[in-house]
Amino acid sequence: MDLQTLWFAAVAVLWTGFLLLEGFDFGVAALLPMLGRRPADRHLMLRSIGPLWDGNEVWLITAAGAVFAAFPGWYATWLPALYLPFVLVLFGLIVRAVAFEWRHSHHTEAWDATWTRIITGGSLIAALGIGAALGATTLGLPVDADGTRVGGAFSGLSWPALLGAVAVLGFSLVHGALFLALKVDGDVRMRARAFALRWSPVAALPLLAWAGITHLRYGTPVTAVLWLVAALAVGVAWTRIRLDREGPAFAAWAVVLVASAATIFGAAYPVVIPSTVDVAFDVTVADASVSDYTLTIMTWAAGVGLPVVLGYQTWTYWVFRKRLTADPVHEEPADRVVPA
Amino acid sequence: MDVLGLDTLDIARWQFGITTVYHFLMVPLTIGLGILVAVMHTMWVRTDDPAWLRMTRFWGRIYLINFVLGVATGLVQEFQFGLAWSEYSRFVGDVFGSLLALEALLAFFLESTFLGLWIFGWGRIPKKVHLAALWAAVIGSIVSAYFIIAANSWMQHPVGVEVDDATGRPLQVDFWAVLTNNTALAAFSHAIVAALMVAGALLVGIGLWHLRRRRLAGRSAEEVDHRVWRRSVRLGGWVSLAAFALTALTGDWQGKLMYEQQPLKMSSAEALCETEAPASFSIFAVGKFGSNECDDVHSITVPYILSYLAHGDFSSPVPGVNELQEEYAAVYGETYPDDPSFGSLAGEPIDYAPVLAVTYWNFRLMIGMGGLSAAVAAYALWSTRRGRVPTSRIGVYGSLLAVGAPFVANASGWIFTEMGRQPFVVYPNPDVPVEDQVWFFTAQAVSPGISAAEVLTSLIGLTLVYGVLAVVELWLIGRFVRAGVTTGDAHPTPGIAPGPPDDDTDDDGTPRRERDDDVLQFAY
Ligand code: HDD
Ligand code: HEM
Ligand code: HEM
Repeated sequence: MDLQTLWFAAVAVLWTGFLLLEGFDFGVAALLPMLGRRPADRHLMLRSIGPLWDGNEVWLITAAGAVFAAFPGWYATWLPALYLPFVLVLFGLIVRAVAFEWRHSHHTEAWDATWTRIITGGSLIAALGIGAALGATTLGLPVDADGTRVGGAFSGLSWPALLGAVAVLGFSLVHGALFLALKVDGDVRMRARAFALRWSPVAALPLLAWAGITHLRYGTPVTAVLWLVAALAVGVAWTRIRLDREGPAFAAWAVVLVASAATIFGAAYPVVIPSTVDVAFDVTVADASVSDYTLTIMTWAAGVGLPVVLGYQTWTYWVFRKRLTADPVHEEPADRVVPA
Repeated sequence: MDVLGLDTLDIARWQFGITTVYHFLMVPLTIGLGILVAVMHTMWVRTDDPAWLRMTRFWGRIYLINFVLGVATGLVQEFQFGLAWSEYSRFVGDVFGSLLALEALLAFFLESTFLGLWIFGWGRIPKKVHLAALWAAVIGSIVSAYFIIAANSWMQHPVGVEVDDATGRPLQVDFWAVLTNNTALAAFSHAIVAALMVAGALLVGIGLWHLRRRRLAGRSAEEVDHRVWRRSVRLGGWVSLAAFALTALTGDWQGKLMYEQQPLKMSSAEALCETEAPASFSIFAVGKFGSNECDDVHSITVPYILSYLAHGDFSSPVPGVNELQEEYAAVYGETYPDDPSFGSLAGEPIDYAPVLAVTYWNFRLMIGMGGLSAAVAAYALWSTRRGRVPTSRIGVYGSLLAVGAPFVANASGWIFTEMGRQPFVVYPNPDVPVEDQVWFFTAQAVSPGISAAEVLTSLIGLTLVYGVLAVVELWLIGRFVRAGVTTGDAHPTPGIAPGPPDDDTDDDGTPRRERDDDVLQFAY
C-alpha cells in the first residue's frame, strides 16, 4: 500500500473512531429530554458521559487535522464549500462544551433546564452537521475545476448531505441509548433499552442507504460484503437487545457503523470529493495529498502516537467502568442551591 | 465581493483576529494556572497540609471553568484555516497541517483524557496516579503550545522547505528544521513565561482581596483559609516577578531574531522612519500613525537602546521604514500581480510596512502591562512580608484590577506579532536566496468561493456567542471567587486520605452537601 492510500485509510479510521466514540455522547445528550424524566435521571445521564466527552471530541479534531495534514486539497475544498453548515456545527460544539461544565456551576431549576436544553440542542446540531459534511464529501459537492464551490451558500446541502445528516443522527441516538443501557442502572436503563429496541431498525436505515448508494456508485465485491455485514449486524443488535444482552448489543451496533463506514470509504476511494458539476472535477487522493516526505513523518508519528493514545484512552474507560446509579442527593435539585 | 464596503478579505481578517485573540485569553490562563495547580497538588501529596489541598481545589476549579472555554474556542481555530483561508491551507499544506495534526495527536488527547481522569478521579484512583494525571494534562497543554507556535513561527520564518517547481508551493524537506526553528524556540519560551504571568497575577489579585476581606471581618489568621490566601499571594507574586524577568530575556532574544527576519516589524514597532546609527529606542510618540506616513511621527527617544535591542551593541545602524519599503518593493514587487486571486488588491501598490500605530502601540502595551503586573507583584510581596495583611483599599483593589494586565499584554503581543508581518501571511525567509524563498501575501490567502455575506454572518454570530460566553464565564468565576475556599473547595472524597478536618458548614452556616456531590460540583 502506498502512503497516500495508507493515509486515506487512516483518515477513514479517525472519522469512524470519532463517530463511534462521540456518537454515544451525542446520543446520550440528544436523549436527555426523552429518557431523563427527572432531574436525577438527567444528572445520571450526564454523569455517564462526563469524563469521556472531551476525549471523544479530540477524535474530531484529530480527524479534521489529519485531513488537513495529509490532504490539504481535500480540507481546502470541503470546508469552504460547506462554510455555513460547518460554522453551525462549531456553534453547536461550542455551546455544548461550555454547557457540560457550566450546568454544574450554579444550581437553580431554570439554570439546569437551560443548560440541559443547550446540551441537547448543541449535540443535535453537531451530529446533523457533521453527518451532512460526511455525506457530502462521499456523495458529492458542487465544486469546479479549482475546487471552488459553485452556486450559493447552501448549494452544498443537497440530498447527500441530508442523507448523511439523518444517518449520523440515527446511529448516534441508538448508540447513545445502548451506551446508557450498558452504563447506568435503574429507570434510565430500562427506558434506554426500550428506546433501542423500538428504534434501532429504523435508525439504521439511512446509514445503510448511504453505504448502499456509495457501493452501487463506486463499489467492489469487497464493499458489497461489507455492506451485508452492516445489514446483518443491525439484526444481531436488535435480537441482542431483545434478549437483554446489553454488551453484545452495543458491540453489534458498533459493527453496524464500522462496516458501513468501511463500505462508504472503501467504495469512494480514491475520490475524496466527487464533484456534482462534472466528474472531471472530482478531487482525488492524488490531487489532494501532501508530499511523500511529509506523509512519512506523519506515519512515524502516528505509528508511535496512536497506540499510546488508544492505550491510555482504553485505560480511562476501564477506570470509569463501574455502572452508575442515580444518586439520591440529586432527587431534589432545589436543595443544591449554593449560596452566592 | 463587498458588504458594507468590506470585502471578504477584511471580514475574514477581523474574524481570525477576534476569534484568535479571544482563544488566547483562555490559553495563557490554562497553561499558567495548570502548572501552578499541579505544583499545589504535588505539595499536598507530599506534605498532607490541608491548605495545599484547598488551594488545589479552589484554583483547580477556576482552571477547569476556564479550560472548557479554551476547548470550545480552540475548535473554531482548528476549522478556520479551511473555512475562510482555504488558499492559505492549500499553499502551506505540506508543512502546516502536519503540525496541527501532531498537536491533536500528541497533545490534545493527553490534555483531555487525563484532565477527565483528574476531575473524576478524586478518590477513585491511587493518590499518586491521580496527581500524575494532572501533570500529564498540564504537559499536554505545554506540548500543544509548542506545536502550534512551531506552526505559527514557520509562517513568520519559513525554514526546512524548498519551492516546488510544479506548483510554486513549499515542499517540506527538513522536518527537524521546522521543529527547531529559532523563531519557534524563542516564541515558545516567551509565550510560556508570559502565561505564567497571567496565572501569577490572578493568584495575587484574588488572594490579596480575600486576605483583606477576612481581616476586615475580624477572622483569625489561625484559620486554614488565611494560610490558603497568603500562600497564594506569595506564590503568585514570586512567579510573576520571575516570569517577568524571563519575558524580558526571551523577548530580547525574539527582538534580535525579528531584526534579522522581519526588519520592517522592528522599525515599525519603533516608528523608526530613517535609518539610524546608533539607533534610539522610542518611549512615546505623537503624530498621524494611521496614515502610515512615517515622517509625521515625532517621538521621545532614548539613544542607543534600539541598537542594543537589535544587535546587542550600542552603535549599529537600524534601518528605517522608508529604506526597507524600497528594498522590499524592489525584490517582491511594487504592486500586487494583476490576478483575480488577489481580489480587490490586484494591481494595487503594496505597502510593506504594517500599520504603524498598531505595531508601535501594541509593542509598548505588551511591555508596559507586563511591567505593571510585575510592579503589582512586588507590591503584593512587600505588603505581605512577615505575615502582614494589607488593608489599603487602593492597593488591594488595584491588584485585583491588575489581574487583567497580563491578559492585555498577551493579546497585544500577538497582535503585534501577527499584524507586524503584514502584508505577508508567510513571510519570506531572508536567510535563503531570493529565488528559493517562499512567501505568500495575506491578500491571496482567503477562500475564493465564499461570499462576504457568509463570512460576515459567521463573524457576527461568533462575536455574539463569544460575547455571551464571556459574560457568563466572568459571572461564574466572580461568584465562585467571592465564595472563597469554604464553598467551592471540597472535602477530600472517600478513598483518599482525608485532608482538612475543617468545619462542616459554609461561610453562612448552610450545611455542606453530600460528599459525593462535592466531587461533581468540582467536576463539571
Ligand atoms: C500558546 C499556546 C496556544 C496557541 C497559540 C493556540 N492554542 Fe489552541 N489551545 C492551547 C494552546 C494554544 C491549549 C493551552 O492547549 C488549549 C487552551 C485551553 C485548552 O483547553 O487547551 C487549547 C485548545 C485548543 C483546542 C481544543 C483542544 C481540546 O479539545 O482539548 C483546539 C482545537 C485548538 N486549541 C486549536 C488551536 C489552533 C488551530 C490555534 C491557532 C490559531 C490555536 N489553538 C492557538
Ligand atoms: C493565539 C495567539 C494568536 C493571536 C492572538 C493571533 C492574532 C492574529 C491577528 C490579530 C490576526 C489578524 C491580523 C490582521 O489581519 O492584520 C491574525 C491573523 C492570522 N493568524 Fe494569528 N494569532 C495567533 C496565533 C496564530 C497561530 C498559532 C497561527 C498559525 C498556526 C496563526 C495564523 C494566522 C493566520 C493564518 C492569520 C490570517 C491572515 C492574516 O490576517 O494575517 N495565528 N492572527
Ligand atoms: C519585557 C520585555 C518584553 C520584550 C522585550 C518582549 C519582546 C517581544 C517581541 C520582540 C515579540 C515579537 C516576536 C515576533 O514578532 O517575532 C513579542 C511577542 C509576544 N509577547 Fe513579548 N516582550 C516582553 C514582555 C512581554 C510580556 C510581559 C508579555 C505577557 C505577559 C508578553 C507576551 C507576548 C506574546 C504573547 C507575544 C506573541 C507570541 C510570541 O511571539 O511569543 N511579552 N514579545
